[in-house]
Amino acid sequence: MNNGFSIIGKPTAMVDAAEKTTGAGKYTDDFSLPGMLIGKILHSPYPHARLKSIDTSRAEKLDGVVAVVVGKDAPKTYGILPVGHDEYPLALDKVRYVGDNVACVVAVSEAIAEKALELIDVDYEVLPAYFDPEESMKAEKDLIHDHKAHNIEKDYHHAFGDPELGFAEADQIAEARFIANEVTHAAMEPHSTLASFEIDPHTGKPGRLIVWSSTQVPYYLQHKLSLVLEMPMQQIRVIKPLVGGGFGGKSEVIPLEIIAAVAARKAKAPVKITYTREEVFWAHRGRPRTIIDLKTGVKADGRITAVKARVVQDGGGYCSYGVVTILYSGALLGALYDIPNIQYDGYRVLTNKPACGAMRGHGTVNVRFAFESQLDELAAKVGMDAAEIRQRNLLKPPCITVNGLRVQSYGLPECIEKTVERSGWKQRKGKLPRGRGLGIACSHYVSGAANSIIRSDMPHSTVNIKIDRDGGVVVYTGASEIGQGSDTMTAQIAAEALGCSLSRVRVIAADTDLTPIDIGSYSSRVTFMAGNATLRAANEVKKLIAAAAAKKMNCAVEELVFRDDRVLKNGGTEKNAGEGGSAAKSQATQSQATQAHAAQSEASVSGRVEGQILRGSLQQKRKDEGPKDALTFEEAVVAAIDFHGALTGTGSYAPPPEARGGKHKGGGVGPSPAYSYSAQVAEVSVDEDTGEVTVHKVWAAHDCGRALNPVSVEGQIIGSVWMGMGQALTEEMVWKDGMLMNPGLLEYRSPSSVESPEIEPIIVESIDPEGPFGAKECSEGSLAATIPAIANAIYDAVGVRLHESPFTPERVLAALRAKKNAKSLNLTEGVDPTQPARFREHGGALWFKNKGPIRHRADQPANSTSIGGAD
Amino acid sequence: MKKELIELRINGRTYELAVEPSTLLLDALRQDLGMTGSKRGCDDSSCGACTVLIDGTAMLSCTLLAASVQGREVTTIEGVTEHGSLASIQKSYGEWGGAQCGYCTPGFIMTVKSLLAENENPTEEEIRSALSSNLCRCTGYLQMYQAIKAAIEAERVGMAAVKE
Repeated sequence: MNNGFSIIGKPTAMVDAAEKTTGAGKYTDDFSLPGMLIGKILHSPYPHARLKSIDTSRAEKLDGVVAVVVGKDAPKTYGILPVGHDEYPLALDKVRYVGDNVACVVAVSEAIAEKALELIDVDYEVLPAYFDPEESMKAEKDLIHDHKAHNIEKDYHHAFGDPELGFAEADQIAEARFIANEVTHAAMEPHSTLASFEIDPHTGKPGRLIVWSSTQVPYYLQHKLSLVLEMPMQQIRVIKPLVGGGFGGKSEVIPLEIIAAVAARKAKAPVKITYTREEVFWAHRGRPRTIIDLKTGVKADGRITAVKARVVQDGGGYCSYGVVTILYSGALLGALYDIPNIQYDGYRVLTNKPACGAMRGHGTVNVRFAFESQLDELAAKVGMDAAEIRQRNLLKPPCITVNGLRVQSYGLPECIEKTVERSGWKQRKGKLPRGRGLGIACSHYVSGAANSIIRSDMPHSTVNIKIDRDGGVVVYTGASEIGQGSDTMTAQIAAEALGCSLSRVRVIAADTDLTPIDIGSYSSRVTFMAGNATLRAANEVKKLIAAAAAKKMNCAVEELVFRDDRVLKNGGTEKNAGEGGSAAKSQATQSQATQAHAAQSEASVSGRVEGQILRGSLQQKRKDEGPKDALTFEEAVVAAIDFHGALTGTGSYAPPPEARGGKHKGGGVGPSPAYSYSAQVAEVSVDEDTGEVTVHKVWAAHDCGRALNPVSVEGQIIGSVWMGMGQALTEEMVWKDGMLMNPGLLEYRSPSSVESPEIEPIIVESIDPEGPFGAKECSEGSLAATIPAIANAIYDAVGVRLHESPFTPERVLAALRAKKNAKSLNLTEGVDPTQPARFREHGGALWFKNKGPIRHRADQPANSTSIGGAD
Repeated sequence: MKKELIELRINGRTYELAVEPSTLLLDALRQDLGMTGSKRGCDDSSCGACTVLIDGTAMLSCTLLAASVQGREVTTIEGVTEHGSLASIQKSYGEWGGAQCGYCTPGFIMTVKSLLAENENPTEEEIRSALSSNLCRCTGYLQMYQAIKAAIEAERVGMAAVKE
């Protein structure tokens, strides 16, 4: 059982669980410093405008206001990608979306700062704005960024194999347009940053900058702060406290993180900025609205012959992760199935909306929805079961796909098998009553990007371990715990490798002063990369301990086994057989006690002068004993420190060159040292009168390599499926004139416990040859399969194929009526959801001056009536 | 606005503090008293991260005036641990993965406390209904149900042991 592991593979409570359940754990907004000021940001009310002038004098005069920060206080560009440095901390010349950052007031209280925002006079020259990406691509003038012709941030055109030949060989071809609307992370913790300067003792002037921030990427934040503030990186310390969820929304530098630092510099005091929920929606960086024109060909036996995808992403006003997103959308057409010919044309387009960025399942989710829906359609066309057509197109690893992705461990066949079995697919598919259906879909994701954002040869993760005479193991890792269990994974791997108990291990994480560089929590890279670095560091320390212990126990290093807080000789077979664990341990302690006075003075192995602290009984005891069959962990550690002088180890990880992908332009995005796989079956029912879809159950099998902590793995699978279901059914960012119509958690319609289905997570372990103990990612890969699984189940239930997500009652109903040739209810403003064509705006008030509908006398804009009266 | 002196009874202790009449209970807890366990996740009482108990009933501290709960018994997440140890619901949330990022967790635990005080053995339907006042973006809620069931069982075993 348990493959001989004592820590990993066991359900383990997170190492920070008590902090979280007692409220004692600190998130960024929970910190305050003496003399701390509060910052509030003034946002643009226009989607596209030139800044003619900003007058802050009235705001500055308000009692309690310490400083007002504007664009020219930090006129340096930055951006998460080196190719996308197009953002200023505060707008310098232009605003590009409603909510763009214009100025920041720093005051003694939030109320005063808010009042001062109203006293800032900004003169805008309003420019024509672009909201529909396909219209935006035609732009000739009033470009969003001057250097981006036709508002195209980046386009890629890839052809692998011979797509035309592939389509010629196909027996069946399906072609359709799919649209996936925009969704956002809506992590429960709003972004927050606290920035403070230390006074340099030598110059007497402000010196180092210390920043606490809700970030997934402390090192990128340190890097961007250094660019904008023009300070050397070593003068900046970024500390990541607990983070209340990320999902990609904190995986790049968010404007407030830079603004807080600039504000602290100007105000000469610590400044904290915390976004309101509405500001979080504006900061966004979520999954872009994606238009996918997809064509797939299959042979009569179900084999895919070619895929052609044209993808247009509505990227918003800035580059953000855009170039990477559009590349992932193409690259991850590969590595799930064996597809011999792929053509991909991707366009990342700028529009006057908040910037889109990375979100759970970065780049792959929307295209996967289209692909898996179309594959379902093709299965029906060739008269094949939907599960079987997926089994017909499996890869045969180890292999390199046509687009240059290396696949080694591949648990997809088992994932499909298990979901089919558990869901009763074969017995129930097609036999459920009308209105109820089953759908299947698969997905995959990278276990960390093989190429870092900033191209260099540096390791992606480095971990240090220090063990002192107390036998406490301290692991220093830059990996960022954001709720996914990073710290727990680190502690588990260190404890397993060193054969010590979990309670011995303390994890110090994500503090740029204390921890070596780790590029952060994104692309599901932490378990694979930081995990491997931890394992290497632990093995290095273990080698030192083993050398000393072997000498002390008069045996070869190879004979030693580290387990359950002990170091055992001869593989520990005789003593550790039986039950191991605490029973064996207490026995051992007893036998040591009885031997304690049997003097065998020739046994000293110490290679160095003893330290002072433990000179007493422990040392004496050690000297009294002869070579033994077992040492406690402490004894082994003390022996090692005596022998080597110090007990530290370092491990680092960089993806192997052969996993870094093809040489084609854009080939750096998509490769990963390993891919996770998922197969899901969803059971839904559709109310044909209201169009309401209910998901009853999702069976989700996920190949995570090896489940280091099954509770965490299941939690990640369930969470991914749940978030995918949100995107499938309810979540959508609704726009009108570039203004977000639903910037609140109720209006955004994140599913509550009542709307959430039963999810049965099924762990599949393919044991990756390069993963730490064989582990791969488990936090993102499952999301993408859920949306098409639901779409396919809806088709099974009522026979309509939805081409636009989310599958809201109005879209389902319109599709049902279209199928019956019934008169359209015009609920979707003339857009047929079965054939979505273009960007759809929703109702709501037009809010431009003089451009909106005529308002009722009783409903005048707020600024034209006096509010509050004499207070 | 001029500050007024109010007296709040929180987790069995009395605190005197000066607040503006418009001060929200959540801000009084977090900023004036340094009890940062209750979280702010939204601004419009839609997420439940700030849930506290007022005389045993789960309420949202982000939309309650601090001054309005004078004379009431306020229980926050800081008052849930028992004799310095985790209460069974806190322990089981940790063990069953009911908390991932943990930001919504204090609010959920307060909601569960209030549910279990009213209904010792709720059905899954009742649990779902009670938890729908709080939002979580990490867990999909399922592991919370297991945690709640485990906590109920632990309490039952504990009570039985006391009776023996």
